[in-house]
Amino acid sequence: MSGPSDYQPTNPAVKWIERRLPIFGLMHSSFVAYPTPRNLNYWWTFGAILSMMLGVQIVTGVILAMHYTPEASVAFRSVESIVRDVNYGWLLRNMHASGASMFFLAVYVHMFRGLYYGSYKEPREVLWILGVIIYLLMMATGFMGYVLPWGQMSFWGATVITNLFSAVPYVGDSIVTLLWGGYSVGNPTLNRFFSLHYLLPFVIAGVVVLHVWALHVAGQNNPAGVEAKTEKDTVPFTPYATIKDGFGVSCFLLFFAWFIFYMPNYLGDADNYIPANPGVTPAHIVPEWYYLPFYAILRSIPNKLAGVTAMFAAIIVLAFLPWLDSARTRSSRYRPLAKQFFWIFVVVCVLLGYLGAQPPEGIYVIAGRILTFCYFAYFLILLPLLSRIEKPRPIPNSIADDVLAKYGSKSAVSTVIVLALAGALFAGSAQNARAEEEATPPSQKWSFAGPFGTFDRGAMQRGLKVYKEVCSACHALSYIAFRNLADPGGPGYTAAQATAFAGEYKIKDGPNDQGEMFERPGRPADYFPSPFPNEQAARAANGGALPPDLSLITKARSYERGFPKFVFDFFSTFQEQGPNYVDAILQGFEDKPPAGVTIPEGSYYNKYFPGHSIKMPKPLSDGQVTFDDGSPATVAQYAKDVTTFLMWAAEPHMEARKRLGLQVFVFLIIFAGLMYFTKKKVWADAH
Amino acid sequence: MTTASSAEPTRRDFLFVATGAAAAVGGVVTLWPFISQMNPDASTIAAGAPIEVDLAPIASGQDIKVFWRGKPIYIMNRTKKQVDEARAVPVASLPDPATDQSRVKEGHDQWLVVIGICTHLGCIPIAHEGNYDGFFCPCHGSQYDSSGRIRQGPAPANLPVPPYQFVSDSKIQIG
Ligand code: FES
Repeated sequence: MSGPSDYQPTNPAVKWIERRLPIFGLMHSSFVAYPTPRNLNYWWTFGAILSMMLGVQIVTGVILAMHYTPEASVAFRSVESIVRDVNYGWLLRNMHASGASMFFLAVYVHMFRGLYYGSYKEPREVLWILGVIIYLLMMATGFMGYVLPWGQMSFWGATVITNLFSAVPYVGDSIVTLLWGGYSVGNPTLNRFFSLHYLLPFVIAGVVVLHVWALHVAGQNNPAGVEAKTEKDTVPFTPYATIKDGFGVSCFLLFFAWFIFYMPNYLGDADNYIPANPGVTPAHIVPEWYYLPFYAILRSIPNKLAGVTAMFAAIIVLAFLPWLDSARTRSSRYRPLAKQFFWIFVVVCVLLGYLGAQPPEGIYVIAGRILTFCYFAYFLILLPLLSRIEKPRPIPNSIADDVLAKYGSKSAVSTVIVLALAGALFAGSAQNARAEEEATPPSQKWSFAGPFGTFDRGAMQRGLKVYKEVCSACHALSYIAFRNLADPGGPGYTAAQATAFAGEYKIKDGPNDQGEMFERPGRPADYFPSPFPNEQAARAANGGALPPDLSLITKARSYERGFPKFVFDFFSTFQEQGPNYVDAILQGFEDKPPAGVTIPEGSYYNKYFPGHSIKMPKPLSDGQVTFDDGSPATVAQYAKDVTTFLMWAAEPHMEARKRLGLQVFVFLIIFAGLMYFTKKKVWADAH
Repeated sequence: MTTASSAEPTRRDFLFVATGAAAAVGGVVTLWPFISQMNPDASTIAAGAPIEVDLAPIASGQDIKVFWRGKPIYIMNRTKKQVDEARAVPVASLPDPATDQSRVKEGHDQWLVVIGICTHLGCIPIAHEGNYDGFFCPCHGSQYDSSGRIRQGPAPANLPVPPYQFVSDSKIQIG
């Protein structure tokens, strides 16, 4: 199929190069003249979507690397400064972070499509195995990328995943030490992960070239699963497949953009907004959603080595698929039994993913074991068996016949439903993991909620006052500079006001020419000074507890939303768990703990704090702060205002994000519409 | 596609052109954030705010080097001789003609404030060296006079004067 090209350039310059390096001919035969089956459905556009996602990840990744510092003490802060200070840094980071999820989502669709239509069968075994290799490389890359922001989940995810290798008999511990470059996860680990995270995408790109090469040798499979025989079975890649892929890509971009602009933290974990702390493990270590099914398999086997082996085997078994399933009929369309079991298998995978996010206890463990068995049984028992006993329905003679028969799109609809459910379940299950018995913070009305939400300037200015007069006695706000107070989308001060505000602070500077540190008035470029010189001093002054830095607090706290709320959250762009929680904590103090609850000496009862026993005394009381604008001097008002201010502090470019999001959506909807009609016009010739 | 040669524009042609144009516009606009991110970020810009320098410790005939926006700034308290030399030379004979008066602030004639980056290829000239009582660049031998003007060597222009003003007799603000 990729024989010598009959491509005849006319441009003399192209001719000159073509005689010496036939690259244009190669491009022409691969992406223009290349015959593609005319009955491909939209599941086949995921190949193009994946190529685009790889490109997006590489481009945004290279750019993020220009601003990122892979050093354990500053990595977290450098990611924050990308988001806060770099021009469009928030956009690039959101693209890269949700891009990883989109990449995996697309690869899962692509893999399930291959599974359903038998795309791994002779002569496409090598093509399939190359795909499995790409998938493995993606998993490694994704994992190492998640470590780079050096938040709590990064650190503990790295610890848990690298410790998997300690299960290897005899040399396990040495392997783990080798991976770490130390006696625990630390700066050397971060450095090498950064290096490899930069390298592996290019390795993936290389294997993708092989994957496409193998594809172009064997030819594309198609929904009917019969090989193209005559000209009537195929259409040239350009314009037919190109335009169809283009339409598929533009629809996928709409979905992607929803995450970038409206739900950037939906798939992430709030704990990763807390800087890595080697001394405290988060209550529930949950990997990113795309690893959850394998994580569930790992945990359902009560033996360390066996669990790790099973987890890797669950991926490796895919490579043997071409030989496990020896049925002659490719497409499950014509295999009544295989088709049903395929859907059961999809459900098994989704449920495994759900379990991966649940605490490993009680019914979840038993369910995990059953589903793990089902997962392996599908490959090792069912597929070999089916290929021997199943009576397939007759397949069409040719692709052209299949096109004329107009096979219904029922399966497509059910797939969409299953995938939508799966996605919702996965996303929500990650939140479910934080099993909490505490009262759920009440949902407040926030001016910044929803796709068109903006910050209430008055509330922010009052909130700043509350922070300055109350919170700042113990809590730092070290990611915010005085200049930020005058930033667009911020509390709405002028540059002169911000300068004056800065001038009220004493900032430690130096050393001067005499080598001494000195104090000077603050400047706009200075950051809010911390109330304590170091962590030890902060703990000593606060009964052993460290008052957290408030810069990111509204993104670093969350709570379970539960099913089905988290499904609706996706569409209503609800992301206000953090603000609700902070607001609730500030109002959740009660003088007398309820009967049966004992609070240790030096702690206080708070209705909404996990465990109810908080070291912070009730910080706010009515009348404590007076406002110039006549707003009521009540705790409820203080809590709401300071939370609004802190939400801005956590995400200073939120207004820009939503504004740009609207513009992007208008454009993408128009563009996808144009692509749809163009595709229809182009394909009108082919039918 | 095969009918593209027909002279009459059709609805189909319009659709193709509109789609292509939308793709092109979208692509070009998308490039902007990827280019814009290369510019100095907000913290770098904030750190480039004006600085104040106290001139009192600089005795006549001495100089100090301060940094503003990552650039070395020479502040030189010139002797009478240096000022006279700078003013004696015929302006027309200079490679980059400029009077000494135009390079200092009136009433503070002894103070020369210049960005100490050679206009040839960016090395740092050494103060109080060379044949003109000014600066000498060791990289390729450019010589600047006591007004920071290029006199000899490959550099094409005078040492630039940064934006600054006197906030008091002994204090300047650069930027
Ligand atoms: S850089 Fe100064 S002379 Fe070339």
